[in-house]
Amino acid sequence: MEVKRERIDPADLRVSKLRAHDMLRDDLEGEDLERHVEQRVVTTTLEKAVSWARGNSFFPLTFGLACCAIEMMSIVGARLDIARFGFEAFRASPRQADLIILSGRVSIKMAPVIRRIYDQMLDPKWAISMGACCSSMGVFNNYALVPADKFLPVSVHVPGCPPRPEALAHGILRLRDQVMGNPPAGWRQRYAAEGTEEFLEADSAAASPAINVFRAGDTAGA
Amino acid sequence: MPDATELELTAQELRDHEAGSVLDTEFHRGRAVLVVDPASVRAVLAHLQGKGYTFLASLHGVDYYPEEPRLGVLYELLDMQRVERISVKARVPTDAPQIESVVELFPTAEFQEREVFDMFGVRFDGHPDLRRILMPEDYEGHPQRRDFPVGGEPVLFTYNEQQSYGKDM
Repeated sequence: MEVKRERIDPADLRVSKLRAHDMLRDDLEGEDLERHVEQRVVTTTLEKAVSWARGNSFFPLTFGLACCAIEMMSIVGARLDIARFGFEAFRASPRQADLIILSGRVSIKMAPVIRRIYDQMLDPKWAISMGACCSSMGVFNNYALVPADKFLPVSVHVPGCPPRPEALAHGILRLRDQVMGNPPAGWRQRYAAEGTEEFLEADSAAASPAINVFRAGDTAGA
Repeated sequence: MPDATELELTAQELRDHEAGSVLDTEFHRGRAVLVVDPASVRAVLAHLQGKGYTFLASLHGVDYYPEEPRLGVLYELLDMQRVERISVKARVPTDAPQIESVVELFPTAEFQEREVFDMFGVRFDGHPDLRRILMPEDYEGHPQRRDFPVGGEPVLFTYNEQQSYGKDM
């Protein structure tokens, strides 16, 4: 069926209201009835409706790791008021949450704990990696930390040290777009800059894998 | 702080009490340091505790690489009656990093000795529960030693973004 979209003139609102009264009185027939239904009914798929509802009602986990957690707390405050989007209910139990915000540095002793908490969350679930430490280990790039990507599927990375609350709110809204099946374009796509990566196969082959491992006799960086 | 004279008197007192316990004294910018033999650390600290230094403010490790013996264990003591501080230093080599535990004298040393063991690999004889405290229990190596690699992850730029560890999750 072809879907027609027509803009309704505000002056017609009174008319359409009267027409709705007519329909309730069973006075509307034939073409008028068809037209009324077309204007009033929205069709969608169940999947889209569900993802629309999910995207507008994240339940983040009450979970802070370091200084970024302070910024995370302030997004529920009056200035940013994440309740406008329906994300304000921070749940105290992973069983009730569907979004984990990794706000801070993850030490290699903490990583299994976080993974366990993540596994306890019910599907569908998402993870946001907030701040430099959690994504690329930032200024703590040493033996003690592990990036979140190594043990969790992260949906959105929010850069910054720490990111401003606005940045985190932006990250959550981008996650909402992803969940609603409408992921935002990357900057290369937006600026039509695909294929401009300065990427050499030789460099890629030469880059070393993880070096966060103690090897006997390796004194590099000592 | 005890002055230089009092430091020498304390050192002599300790030597009289147990010969060979104090190897050297340092007095630099008003800071009094006793360099002691690691085998007699407990005796020295017990004696100082009896003299009024009843508070162990800190116990920490140092790696003096490339000097030998490499590892140092430092005890910062505080006399809260006279408000005087004294440091006790002991040096141990990396091939036999053994030193006496002082947990019986100062219970606060328990966690701090565990941290020195975790980070520098110094073994404290007589410690009730010498396990790692900060790093995971199956971690290999002692990360604060100077010959331990700094570690970390390679930072991803455009040229190596294809190797991102999160790609196949």
